[in-house]
Amino acid sequence: MSLTGLTYLVVGATFALYVGIAFWSKARDTGDFYVAGKHVHPVANGMATAADWMSAASFISMAGLIAYLGYGASVYLMGWTGGYVLLALLIAPYLRRFGKFTVPEFIGERYYSQTARVVAVICLIIISFTYVAGQMRGVGIVFSRFLGVDVSTGLFVGMGVVFFYAVLGGMKGITYTQVAQYCVLIFAYTVPAVFISLQVTGIPIPQIAFGSDIAGEDVPLLVKLDQIVTDLGFAAYTSGAKGHMDMFFITLALMLGTAGLPHVVVRFFTVPKVRDARISAGYALLFIAILYTTAPAVGALARWNLTTTIQAGPVGEADANLAYEERPEWFRTWEETGLLTYTDLNGDGRIQYYNDANPEFAERAQEYGWQGNELTVDRDIIVLANPEIAGLPDWVVALVAAGGIAAALSTAAGLLLVISAAVSHDLLKGVVMPRISERQELMAGRLSAAAAVMVAGYLGFDPPGFVAEVVALAFGIAASSLFPVILLGIFSVRINREGAIVGMLSGLLFTVGYIVYFKGYMGPLGGNVAENWLFGISPEGIGVLGALLNMAVAIGVSAATPGPPESVRELVERIRRPA
Amino acid sequence: MKRTYWQENLRLVAICLGVWFVVSFGFGLLLVDVLNEVTFGGFRLGFWFAQQGSIYVFVPLIFFYAWRVTRLDRKYGVGETDEPDASRDD
Repeated sequence: MSLTGLTYLVVGATFALYVGIAFWSKARDTGDFYVAGKHVHPVANGMATAADWMSAASFISMAGLIAYLGYGASVYLMGWTGGYVLLALLIAPYLRRFGKFTVPEFIGERYYSQTARVVAVICLIIISFTYVAGQMRGVGIVFSRFLGVDVSTGLFVGMGVVFFYAVLGGMKGITYTQVAQYCVLIFAYTVPAVFISLQVTGIPIPQIAFGSDIAGEDVPLLVKLDQIVTDLGFAAYTSGAKGHMDMFFITLALMLGTAGLPHVVVRFFTVPKVRDARISAGYALLFIAILYTTAPAVGALARWNLTTTIQAGPVGEADANLAYEERPEWFRTWEETGLLTYTDLNGDGRIQYYNDANPEFAERAQEYGWQGNELTVDRDIIVLANPEIAGLPDWVVALVAAGGIAAALSTAAGLLLVISAAVSHDLLKGVVMPRISERQELMAGRLSAAAAVMVAGYLGFDPPGFVAEVVALAFGIAASSLFPVILLGIFSVRINREGAIVGMLSGLLFTVGYIVYFKGYMGPLGGNVAENWLFGISPEGIGVLGALLNMAVAIGVSAATPGPPESVRELVERIRRPA
Repeated sequence: MKRTYWQENLRLVAICLGVWFVVSFGFGLLLVDVLNEVTFGGFRLGFWFAQQGSIYVFVPLIFFYAWRVTRLDRKYGVGETDEPDASRDD
C-alpha cells in the first residue's frame, strides 16, 4: 500500500474512534456538558489533561525549536511543565472544592460581581481564540503534507470532526476522546524517538540516549554536538545565547500562564473529589513529562543527524560537505514542500550549512571558500521528517500524521468547550437571561460550541498576523489577568470586588499593550530588541510583570475600599477545606 | 482548629514551592554555569537540570504534596468521605 493510502487508513481509523466515543458519551445535561458530570477518574483526567494541554505546538514544533535553540529552549521545557506544580498546589483543588462549572463563575462569586465575571469572560475568550486559531492551522498543515489535500480541505475535515464530538458530547465527549488522543499522540511521538536513539547511540531509551556516547565512539553525543556546531559558527548547543534574566522571566510567565489557562484549569472540575484534583494534576504532569523529556532528546539527535548529514567530514575540507546530487530521499521530499531549500551560493555543487550571521566566523568561512549559508530548514519539519530521516517504515510516518492531528484536535476541542461554556453559562445564564431552563441552557451550550468551531475554522483559514505570536499573547494574558485574581481569591480574604476588577484590567491592558507595541500585527511600533525592552524583559516574559502589576493594584485598591461581605469570607473558608 | 489546618497546609505548600524553585530557576537557570562545570553521565549538570532533571522532580513533587496534604486532611478531620459527590453541594 502506498504511503498516502496508509496514512488515510490510519488517520481515518483514529477519526472513526473519536466519533464512536462521541456517540457513546453523549451529554445528557449541563453537568455532563460543562464538567463531564464530575465522574472522570483521576488517571483518565490526567490523560485528558495531557492531550488537552499538548497542542500542535508541543507535538510538531517543540523538538524543532529545541534542536535550533539548544539550551535556550529550556524555558519551554521548564515553563510548560513547572506550571502544573503551581496548578496542583495553588489552584486546582480549591476550584474543584468551589464545585461549579467555569472559571469566570468562580471569579464572579468570589468577587460578588457580575462585572468581574464579564471581565473574566473577556480575558478567557481572547486567550482561547488566539490559541485555537493556531491549532486549526496545524490540522490543515498536517493534512496537506500527509494526505495531499490542500490546507483548507484539511481544515474543513478537522472542523467537522471536532464539531461532531464537541457539540454532541460536550465535556464528557471531549474527555474520553482526549484520552484516546493522548494514547495516539504519545505512541506516535515515542516510536520514532526510540528508533532514532537506537541508530545514533545504540540505546533505545531517548532520555538516556540523550546523555550517551555516539555508537562506536567514546565521546558523549552532547560533547560532539557542541563541538561540531561551534566549528560551524553556531552557539554551543548546551549553553545559552539568551540572557539568563530574560530566560527567568519567560519561564515564569509560561508557568503562571499554564496555571491560569481556563481550558486547563477547568479539566480539574471534572473529577469526583478535591483529593482527586490534586492527584490528577500529578498524573497529568506524568503523562506530559513522557513527551517533554523525550522532546529534548529528539531535538539533540535531530540536530546531530541533520548537521552530520550535511557536514559529513571535517569542517573546512572541500569534499567534506554533502554533494547536492547525493542528497538523501527525505531531503528531496521536503524540498518539494518548500520547507527545506538549497541555493548553491559558491557554485561548488555541495551544501554548506553554517552560521553566516556570526561576524567572528566570517573570516574562516572565506578561507574555506564559503559564500553564505546554503541550506534553510523550517524547524517545524524536524518531528515530521524524523521517521523518514531514520528510514522507518511507512506505518510510522502515517502514525506521526495521526499523532499531529490528535494533538491539534484535542487542544482545539478543549478550548472550544471553555469558550462555549463562557458564552452559554457565564454570559447567557449568568448575566443576560438568568431564568432559562436547564434544557435551554444545554441547547445554548451546543449552539455556542457550534459557533465557536466556525469562528475557529475561519481564524485557522485566514489567520490574522498575530497568530504567530500566539504563545506570547495567550500565556501572557493568562498569567497577567486570570492567574493573579484566582490566586488572591483563594489565599486572601481581603481582596474585594474593586481590587479584582481594576487589577485584572490593568494586568490585561499592560501585557497586551506591551506585546502589541513590540510585536503588533500592523508591524511593531517599537524595535523588538533588548535595548528597548522594559528592564530587558522580552514580550514573551512580560506576563510576569503584568501579573505583579495586577496583584499590586488589586491589593492597593482593596485596601482603600470596603472589604468583601461576610458571605464571601465564608466562601473562602469553605474552599480552603476539602470537606 | 481550622486556622491550624490552613497554616500547616501553607507551610507544606511553601516547602514544595521551595523545591520547585530551586530545581528549575536555581539549578536550571541561575546556577547553570556553575553546575555545568560538573559532568554527569554525558551531560553537563546545569543543562541536564534545565532539560530533564527539573521535570523529573516536578512529577513526584506533586504526588508528594497530594500525599502529605491528604494526611493533613485526616489529621484535622476535614478529609472527604468516600461518597462520590460529598463535596458537590454544601
